[in-house]
Amino acid sequence: MSTPNFVDFQNVWLAYNDELLAQNHFAVEDINLQVKQGEFIAIVGPSGCGKSTFMKLTTGLKKPSKGQIMVDGQPVTGPLKISGMAFQAPSLLPWRTTLDNVLLPLEIVEPFRSQFKQRKPEFVERARKLLHTVGLGGYEDKFPWQLSGGMQQRASICRALIHEPKMLLLDEPFGALDAFTREELWCILRDLWTEQKFNVILVTHDLRESVFLADTVYVMSKSPGRFVVKREIDLPRPRDLEVTYTPEFTSIVHDLRGHIGAIRKAGAVINQ
Amino acid sequence: MNKKTLETSAPWILLVLTLLIWQGICSFFNVSEFIFPSPYRIAQQTIEFSDVIAAHAWRTYWVTMAGFGLAIVVGVLLGFVIGSSRLAYAAVYPLMTAFNALPKAAFVPILVVWFGIGIGPAILTAFLISFFPIMVNIATGLATLEPELEDVLRVLGAKRWDVLVKVGLPRSMPYFYGSLKVAITLAFVGTTVSEMTAANEGIGYLLISAGSAMQMGLAFSGLVVVGAMAMVMYELFSYVEKHTTAWAHRGTNNE
Repeated sequence: MSTPNFVDFQNVWLAYNDELLAQNHFAVEDINLQVKQGEFIAIVGPSGCGKSTFMKLTTGLKKPSKGQIMVDGQPVTGPLKISGMAFQAPSLLPWRTTLDNVLLPLEIVEPFRSQFKQRKPEFVERARKLLHTVGLGGYEDKFPWQLSGGMQQRASICRALIHEPKMLLLDEPFGALDAFTREELWCILRDLWTEQKFNVILVTHDLRESVFLADTVYVMSKSPGRFVVKREIDLPRPRDLEVTYTPEFTSIVHDLRGHIGAIRKAGAVINQ
Repeated sequence: MNKKTLETSAPWILLVLTLLIWQGICSFFNVSEFIFPSPYRIAQQTIEFSDVIAAHAWRTYWVTMAGFGLAIVVGVLLGFVIGSSRLAYAAVYPLMTAFNALPKAAFVPILVVWFGIGIGPAILTAFLISFFPIMVNIATGLATLEPELEDVLRVLGAKRWDVLVKVGLPRSMPYFYGSLKVAITLAFVGTTVSEMTAANEGIGYLLISAGSAMQMGLAFSGLVVVGAMAMVMYELFSYVEKHTTAWAHRGTNNE
């Protein structure tokens, strides 16, 4: 690696347009963030605090108004090709089967794109294997609307991983699922990450989710969107779901919850 | 009779009922066939002049299909341009709306000056009247693309063109097939209207000449034939639509 930090945000500010910039109204302010190779970080915060904006900055969909973002030693100037992303909505294309949906990134991202026709059988095999690991074996030829919400989200995660990205960006991917399915998918994500050691940036409002999965949790405040707390999670790995019932786990969650509460109160005072 | 068979046979039952009532009124009031011919008389004349009608119908059919084919090509291309660029949308759409408000029959005399009597004006009238819905639907399908679906590709570094081809076009296919059903019926209107003043062949010409010869039964046969052709084509596109874009109609014909 050319730099020790895989993701490096230096004093990043973003206003959505020039007008807001002139008024000094920023969606996120003074973001400093250093993520090591293979690190799993989670960003938690109240809704509307700029978590999704942060994601757009990391993927290169938005450019910062001030400051610099480096990913993998390169300054971010446009959409990155080394990342995979999954959103809160599965956003599968309804006219494609699950398998074809998962194959989509390979039709877009080089070097797979130019080899897609020749190596298709190999790619299909890879997609089937990946679908199998998330428990979607046998559903490859179903259309998205024939799958349950949890299954669609699994397919969406497969799509984010099929091109073996160095960085996985997850924007509240489990937010719309029921508690049991969510915990099941936590474990699937944990296993995939343990095996492949890609970087993960998980944006969520679920504190338990962030503490269970991440190495480091950042708490973000609302208007202005800033990182206010950084918390290393030193729970031993591999983590089992049982860990979520231990006092250590609960005390971390409780502690983080305290910070969020403080932010909400502070925000309310400013608004009045 | 169960609900399903009742549904499929409903249009036929209604047709038969309408014909019976029509025939009943004509026979009961002894309506003159020069004013309003009975279904029986229309059928009689249709059989009597079946060669002539078939020749004119064939002409109207292929002229309509030529105009309609042109409308698909131009409509899809224009719709693609308008739907994929906000600037083009803003520039072209108001003008197109104004153009669409003009009665297409008013173009026929102009087209006659340019192309003479015959297939030229008929093909172009069919085209002018039917490309608009195709264009609007393609443009709408592309312009209303969900930003989430677009982001899925953009985070992968996809170019605009990739987004259009992988997401925009497949997503606008149901809109496209929907518009074909509307456009084909309009195309028959265009051809027939044009043939009434600017042709020596075709159903439109048949209508005018039968009318001036007081052959009302024959004139009505012409109307029936145009209606039947349009209906068959409509059903054809409806079938194609269901079998190519099933994902968009999953409520009605899927598990």
